[in-house]
Amino acid sequence: MDLRFTPEEQAFRKEVREWVAANLPRDIKEKVDRGIELTCDDFSRWMRILSERGWIATNWPKEAGGPGLNIAQKYILEEEIFLGGAPRTVHFGTRMVGPVLLRYGTEEQKKKYLPKILTSEEIWCQGYSEPGAGSDLASLKTSAVRDGDHYVVNGTKIWTSYAHCADRMFALVRTSVEPKKQDGITVLLIDLKLPGLTVRPIITIDGRHHFNQEFFDNVRVPVEDRVGEEGQGWAIAKYLLGHERSNGSGVSMIKWRATKLREMASKERADGERLENEPAFRRKIAELESDLRALELTSLRVLASASADKPIGPEASVLKFRMACMQQAVTELMMEAGAYYAHPLDREALRGQSNAEQVGPDYQFRMAPEYFQMRGTSIAGGSNEIQKNIIAKRVLGL
Amino acid sequence: MDFEYSDDQSLLKDSVDRFIQNNYGFEQRRKLVATDEGYSDKNWSQFAELGWLGMPFPEQYGGFGGTPVETMIVMEAFGTGLVAEPYLPTVVLGGGAILHGGSEEQKQAILPAVAEGKLKLALAFAERQSRYNLADVETSAKKDGGSYVLNGMKGVVFGAPSADKIIVVARTSGQSRDADGISLFLVDKDAQGLRVRGYPTADGLRAGEVYLDNVKVGADALVGEEGKGLPLLEKVIDHGIAAISAEAVGAMKALNDMTLEYLKTREQFGQPIGRFQVLQHRMVDMFIAHEEAKSMAMMAAMRVDEADETERKKAMSAAKVQIGKSARYVGQQGIQLHGGIGMTDEYAAGHYFKRLTMIDRSFGDTDFHLKRFADL
Repeated sequence: MDLRFTPEEQAFRKEVREWVAANLPRDIKEKVDRGIELTCDDFSRWMRILSERGWIATNWPKEAGGPGLNIAQKYILEEEIFLGGAPRTVHFGTRMVGPVLLRYGTEEQKKKYLPKILTSEEIWCQGYSEPGAGSDLASLKTSAVRDGDHYVVNGTKIWTSYAHCADRMFALVRTSVEPKKQDGITVLLIDLKLPGLTVRPIITIDGRHHFNQEFFDNVRVPVEDRVGEEGQGWAIAKYLLGHERSNGSGVSMIKWRATKLREMASKERADGERLENEPAFRRKIAELESDLRALELTSLRVLASASADKPIGPEASVLKFRMACMQQAVTELMMEAGAYYAHPLDREALRGQSNAEQVGPDYQFRMAPEYFQMRGTSIAGGSNEIQKNIIAKRVLGL
Repeated sequence: MDFEYSDDQSLLKDSVDRFIQNNYGFEQRRKLVATDEGYSDKNWSQFAELGWLGMPFPEQYGGFGGTPVETMIVMEAFGTGLVAEPYLPTVVLGGGAILHGGSEEQKQAILPAVAEGKLKLALAFAERQSRYNLADVETSAKKDGGSYVLNGMKGVVFGAPSADKIIVVARTSGQSRDADGISLFLVDKDAQGLRVRGYPTADGLRAGEVYLDNVKVGADALVGEEGKGLPLLEKVIDHGIAAISAEAVGAMKALNDMTLEYLKTREQFGQPIGRFQVLQHRMVDMFIAHEEAKSMAMMAAMRVDEADETERKKAMSAAKVQIGKSARYVGQQGIQLHGGIGMTDEYAAGHYFKRLTMIDRSFGDTDFHLKRFADL
């Protein structure tokens, strides 16, 4: 047992840190820093820069174009990218489509899709939830009916992150109605420009545009864009769960936020002193940082226990649950730090569409909007309640 | 002991509830807060006609002679509809400062005009560095012959964009955070050197930064005694606490009702999600949070006129602590139990959550009031 990083890993950290400092565009860094909404172009630009360096598909094996990093290096890479002030990426291509096609895809599919994911030329989104199928995902109803060389897709998908920035969707659809609802689900790769498909923005309570709803009206998807067999969709989705819940980026993002919180607490004043010296707030920061260590170590333990032949199991739900709690805790503290200055919220300025005179501190938008937005982390990608059900059932055998 | 409303109070409650039902549907409110002003003049006139704008003022000033219980009834109903009109800044804070500290001339000049809906007010007390400390005042007022010259900046002034007159808290002597030396001034919004940078707030209301650059006011602008303004300000803010506690209770009730309805109708795994025990218990905790908050809001209304200052402050701090805890729980879980739909701007739940969140950031948060309670 040893918590220290090797000299090679430390050198790698330095390399990443310097690279991020030199390559992260200033305007994007500033937006992230201030909490201003990023445009699709911002996401795409940053992803292409990561692609050029070969650091976009960190979870892919080397022979498929991944950078061939070990667990510690991957962790360091993600951490340094976030601590360097970079935005998150729209990662459904690398996190979902890549692993699935490598395992279940045809050679043609791999050739057609993987290279453009590696270069970030194409951005993907994930079409899972439906208005009637949230926590009970398997009850999804969007139908795909075979008609010659095509599937005709009808229905709707909702809470699709960044569909407005995406070119393609990795979708779960129903190809048949079976006694067991998990059967009859199939994966289709859907070009978002196909006729009959519309994308409607959903503005969330933080005032920004992260989510969308898509409507499918007789959308004809070529049969060659089906992944695996008909009815294999649920098995594929389960295979992916481990990938989705095991990435360390959540921890890094919380760490970045914790550094920002400390910055804010050193600038805000309470009774003439720095807020960071106010006893109640000081304790809250200490508690957050100590919780963060527990999450980080637990996360590293889970990652270290996994390997190619032994993917991460339902234990990943522990991380998903705790990450949501911590994202919420850190953003709540940021809002508390602002006191009255958590109130002002000019939505146009938040979306980078206004040059109006600044109100309050330059971290204005990191307070209320971030706190509001983070309430969604315990809902999206499997709610806290679902994560606990998974642990109860599949880990504890209850 | 009596927790029942009088007949008149019941009539008042019916009338405000009816107004909310008819005029404050979620879509109506959404359109309203998206306008430049963020509220409706028509509603404001109706408030005046119904006597709500003069509710706490004595009859001789065109008011209704209501107690804080009447204000509680109005604010609780306003909470259920998330009313956006500047009632709190105008009637409770601005009107309250004049009512509790103004001269006879000021009361006659201001209160009837407020009651008739012709005059809107705001109370500018916070500053960039002040957090919730009411004595942390750096804005200065220097005596210049028979007048005062105000300089500085007041932050996050609720209702500033719509106010005709702003009551500015400034320092006439002493150092920042001294209890002595704080004075209140009634200033015209169009006074030379006064500028308001208005903006929407996170809960869809309006506030503003008030910049004062050599604003000259006469001695008659002083509200209360020079240098002795802090106790008056504390009293007015305590009335503000009683009022938003009631508003929070109304908002919690509305969010709880909506969440309960959702638990009964939303189906997942072949049954209403309200059948799942983990969600039942959560809903029960939300129900309890609202009940306790309601008790404390009632207590606040009945104790805010308490003559013993220490007792009054302890009571208001205790109320605000409970409101803070309950509002946080009900707000957060209201979103959680709704799932994705609760996160969207086009659904009401999130708007209740946001107002509840911002109420905890007003007049002192839970930590601030725990400390004040302990120190008293």
